[in-house]
Amino acid sequence: MLKLKAARTLPARASALGWRMLDPRSCWSLRVDLVAAAGPMSAADLPLAIDVCRAATRGDWSALWLGPDEQLLVGLDSAHAQLAPRLAAALDGVAHSIVDVSHRQAAIELSGPGATRLLAMGCPLDFDLRSAPVGFCTRTVYAKAEVVLWRQDTQRFQLQAWRSFLPYVTGLLALGSQELTAGI
Amino acid sequence: MLIIPCPYCGPRPELEFSYGGQAHVTRPTAASNPSPAEWNAFQYERANLKGLHAERWRHIHGCARFFNVVRDTTTDEILRSYRSGEK
Repeated sequence: MLKLKAARTLPARASALGWRMLDPRSCWSLRVDLVAAAGPMSAADLPLAIDVCRAATRGDWSALWLGPDEQLLVGLDSAHAQLAPRLAAALDGVAHSIVDVSHRQAAIELSGPGATRLLAMGCPLDFDLRSAPVGFCTRTVYAKAEVVLWRQDTQRFQLQAWRSFLPYVTGLLALGSQELTAGI
Repeated sequence: MLIIPCPYCGPRPELEFSYGGQAHVTRPTAASNPSPAEWNAFQYERANLKGLHAERWRHIHGCARFFNVVRDTTTDEILRSYRSGEK
């Protein structure tokens, strides 16, 4: 616990070591039948991730596959107000649910050659490119916290954690960065 | 750590799952007017097998779906997994 507290006081140094908090973004939880929604979403120029554990991007918006009928839509904060009416118009007549979860979670970016090792300190998934290629996304765990993980490039990941877990997750990331830098 | 094959997401570490007890326990319908003994059996009596056991798991920190797994309780070997409603 003491170690975690100490790590939390070093955000500037930690950010130099490959992870940083991202600006607030617009996040929506979309529950819909993927087969029924594929056509309407495409016609409205909105993304829908069809492949299991893969993200799809279209324009400013990305859709992350979280479950067989669950998607996380992520976009710019500036476009936030436009999405709900666009989605409602696109999915008119298709049973669906859209929930604004922008304030529920915050995003952390991990990048650089140490990113996979830093992730592996808390997440038991295999980050080899064969099992987690670019575009891979899933809900998983980082230590004891539930997170959404998205591989945006070979050495760049986005980690979304619920805000109440942020001190815990960032504390562990800071500690992990220090350990990697020290070569432990 | 067990590697559990989620029928939706593929093989994942045990940490992402929660256990849901014995599978295929059928709730008596109201129309069948269950006796107290039948109701008791539904609520409390489980097989507690040594050997192949069909059980429910939920990929709670993943796709959040319930599904079924056949596991050997003596070796922890998982033979297969299948979606809820399938046999």
